[in-house]
Amino acid sequence: MKPVIGLEVHVELKTKSKMFCGCSADYFGQKPNTHTCPVCLGLPGALPVPNKTAIEWCVMLGMALNCNIPLFSKFDRKNYFYPDLAKGYQISQYDEPFCLAGNIKLDSGKIIGITRVHMEEDTGKLIHETVDEQEVTLIDFNRSGVPLVEIVTEPDFDNAKDVRDYLQKLQQIVRYLGISNADMEKGDMRLEPNISLSSDGKLPNYKVEVKNINSFRFVEKAIDYEIKRQTEILERKEAPVQETRGWNDVKQKTVSQRTKEEASDYRYFPEPDIPPLRWTNEILENFRKQIPELPNAIKDRFIKDYGISEYDAEIITREKESADFFEEAVAIGEKHNINPKSIANYIINKKINAKEALPADLIKTIISSSTYASMDSSKIKKVVAQVLKENPQATEDFKTGKTQALQFLIGKTMAKLKEKIEAKVIIEEINKIIK
Amino acid sequence: MANLNSLTIAQAKEKLKKKEISSTELTKACLDRIKKLQEKLNVFVTITEKEALDRARKADEELKNGSDLPLLGIPIAVKDNFCTMGVRTTASSKVLDDFIPPYESTVTQKLKNAGMVMLGKTNMDAWAHGSSTETSDYGPTLNPWNTKHLPGGSSGGSAAATAADMSIGSIGSETAGSIRQPASWCGVIGLKPTYGRVSRYGVVAMGSSLDSPGPITKSVEDAALILEIIAGHDPMDATTSSLPVPKYTTSIGKSDKKLRIGISKNYLEGVDNKVIKVFEDTKKLFEKLGHTFVELELFNPKYAIDVYTILQRSEVSSNLARYDGIRYGNDRSFFGEEAKRRIMLGTFTLSSGYYDAYYKKAQKVRTIIIKDFDEAFKKVDFILAPTGPTPALVLGASEGQSMFGELADVLVEPSSIAGLTGINLPAGFSNDGLPIGMQLIGPQFSEPGIISIGYEFEKETEFLRERKPNL
Repeated sequence: MKPVIGLEVHVELKTKSKMFCGCSADYFGQKPNTHTCPVCLGLPGALPVPNKTAIEWCVMLGMALNCNIPLFSKFDRKNYFYPDLAKGYQISQYDEPFCLAGNIKLDSGKIIGITRVHMEEDTGKLIHETVDEQEVTLIDFNRSGVPLVEIVTEPDFDNAKDVRDYLQKLQQIVRYLGISNADMEKGDMRLEPNISLSSDGKLPNYKVEVKNINSFRFVEKAIDYEIKRQTEILERKEAPVQETRGWNDVKQKTVSQRTKEEASDYRYFPEPDIPPLRWTNEILENFRKQIPELPNAIKDRFIKDYGISEYDAEIITREKESADFFEEAVAIGEKHNINPKSIANYIINKKINAKEALPADLIKTIISSSTYASMDSSKIKKVVAQVLKENPQATEDFKTGKTQALQFLIGKTMAKLKEKIEAKVIIEEINKIIK
Repeated sequence: MANLNSLTIAQAKEKLKKKEISSTELTKACLDRIKKLQEKLNVFVTITEKEALDRARKADEELKNGSDLPLLGIPIAVKDNFCTMGVRTTASSKVLDDFIPPYESTVTQKLKNAGMVMLGKTNMDAWAHGSSTETSDYGPTLNPWNTKHLPGGSSGGSAAATAADMSIGSIGSETAGSIRQPASWCGVIGLKPTYGRVSRYGVVAMGSSLDSPGPITKSVEDAALILEIIAGHDPMDATTSSLPVPKYTTSIGKSDKKLRIGISKNYLEGVDNKVIKVFEDTKKLFEKLGHTFVELELFNPKYAIDVYTILQRSEVSSNLARYDGIRYGNDRSFFGEEAKRRIMLGTFTLSSGYYDAYYKKAQKVRTIIIKDFDEAFKKVDFILAPTGPTPALVLGASEGQSMFGELADVLVEPSSIAGLTGINLPAGFSNDGLPIGMQLIGPQFSEPGIISIGYEFEKETEFLRERKPNL
């Protein structure tokens, strides 16, 4: 029995304004219903005007995922009722999304197909509370209309570990592009795996979707749980039900939410309020130029150009900040004869925070801590011997245990060496000569 | 001197400028007329008397200070589907019975910026679903020419207000016929602009891919004057055109060009004899003015009914989904019969399994209709046709007729589907004294030409304007 797993991921973009209006998209932690206007409240007569930046970012993400970008694309209405949906429909993309047929390469070498990447808007948020001893549901529309990108994969996964690797890669790419913080805790990234089991290598005739998971760990757990659950059903010669389930972390299991019979018909049709979008190859080429070097490419380059290990390269390129930090440090280090390998080691071992540290400071630290290695030890030896000879009184004092005398000798030695060098190296030399 | 409320916008502007009258006098004259006729005709859903008088007083101050805003101090009636900040906007549906918009539609904002004195909000078919103003949740509006008859719709209130001199001019909106048809039944000018020429922002949505706000006025010049103010690209409406707005008023009196006018026999099929007679008279008049007629074979307008019905119902079913009972006070049980019918039909045509057979097919036929007009406008400058197959029908005619509107609008639906511009010109009367209108249809953005030839025709038919409804 082989698991067949596909993934839908929603990523909230960090544009300044919302998808279809001028309201601030930075809603996290804000007072409810303060980031709203007639458009994102869906008031009668209000109309959506698409956010250019959000669309560009969506296309750039598609490019980063090796997608085809069709020259024609459009928005559609996805009609369904829910109290958090102000207009009674969500503006999304149906049959002509911005990006199609891409892929992502996992560390294992496996290639995962990306079916599509499309643009849509987020919904409001329901808050269940007790007000005046009454249980009520309140609606906060601050999130309504925040741009969302949905990335859908082919059913190419067969294990939870690969899914996790995929998610980390996707998160990394999104962060490299600077289009989302992809902060799981804030709900910037929402994950929906669909899982089924195949006995004959073909696509099964059912699938179980686990909705709205907000942690990579939970996705792994939910997938493993589903594989176990569905295996048991199939072993009993029963057919698993096509359904939507949710992950319950307290019970450590998935629970049924909706079966196929209750599935909605979204009555998609082209959004008449937004004209279709037509790209030219020039515009797309311009977007392509704006895409920074991506983690996989940087990793390969670091290994090739700087001779660091794959393991080190992987860690250093996990975040764009640390990759940039490393490269800057390498450039400065070159002038001081410090090799990239030791810089990488230092960053990884000392857990340098690239967001706070400065590359130049890092190099200074490495120089001061590694002078012994780079400075001729015979030279140190010679200078120490000379200092001891020139200062017999202090040497004697030190022999009788006066620590102040030691400080004096170290100072003299350093002055003669004309370079800052770790005191313990000098102490070692002094001890060697005296003993 | 005639009553002030019967002035056109251009006449009123002239008198205000010369300080012969004040905006307050003009506004009061309109309000008096409204008070006199509201009970009889039921033209307004909301009358904003106090706001109007306040604005008029301010306008008089501004006039004194030499301001020359294009609509300063002119009393205008606005259809009740335009959101007006702080003034109840119902779209004549009880679902929005106490909805007071916290924002202003682009059209009314532009009119306010131009100095308009808003008299109130006019009655319409609920949600603009209809061509009679009989489906209003606030009762039908009656035709000023004969109160046993309907004013047409959905902008029936705005057309009646203009025809009955309750306002100096009015604002309506057309999805397919809702400006031209009531203008025709009420004997006034109704200009339906090209789709995308005037912003839909803040207009309670009906058929989003068709809705076009426009003026309903006593003269072609007034229509040009209002269009000049309300047309143009709107950053709040992604479907508005960025083409520059011509100075439409300069098209007035510029009609030395001899034009080719198309007529299509299938636009006369099933048309009332009284209307045919006026059509023939109109044709003769245009010929006398030196224009030539070209016979066309346009795509039969009856197919436009099917296309329009499917597309518009589909959009309606989605546009009305937001009135789910959570906000706006009244829940879905407040929807009238017509809205419910449209929601059900639109939901059906968009359903999975039926989408291709209905919505998608309708879109394809829409493309055929657009191409058909494109071809026609290679041969002619404009197309002349009756605005509707009959003069105003009697009260109750729409009841039990779910396709009433579509039949009444058969001759305006093809051009609406194609997003074209068109104008209703009062062209004659039936023997029983009901106005009959003819429409000129032009290519997209041909408003200057439409205005020019419309004005030329209007000058030749001044005698029609000597007749007034007996109220």
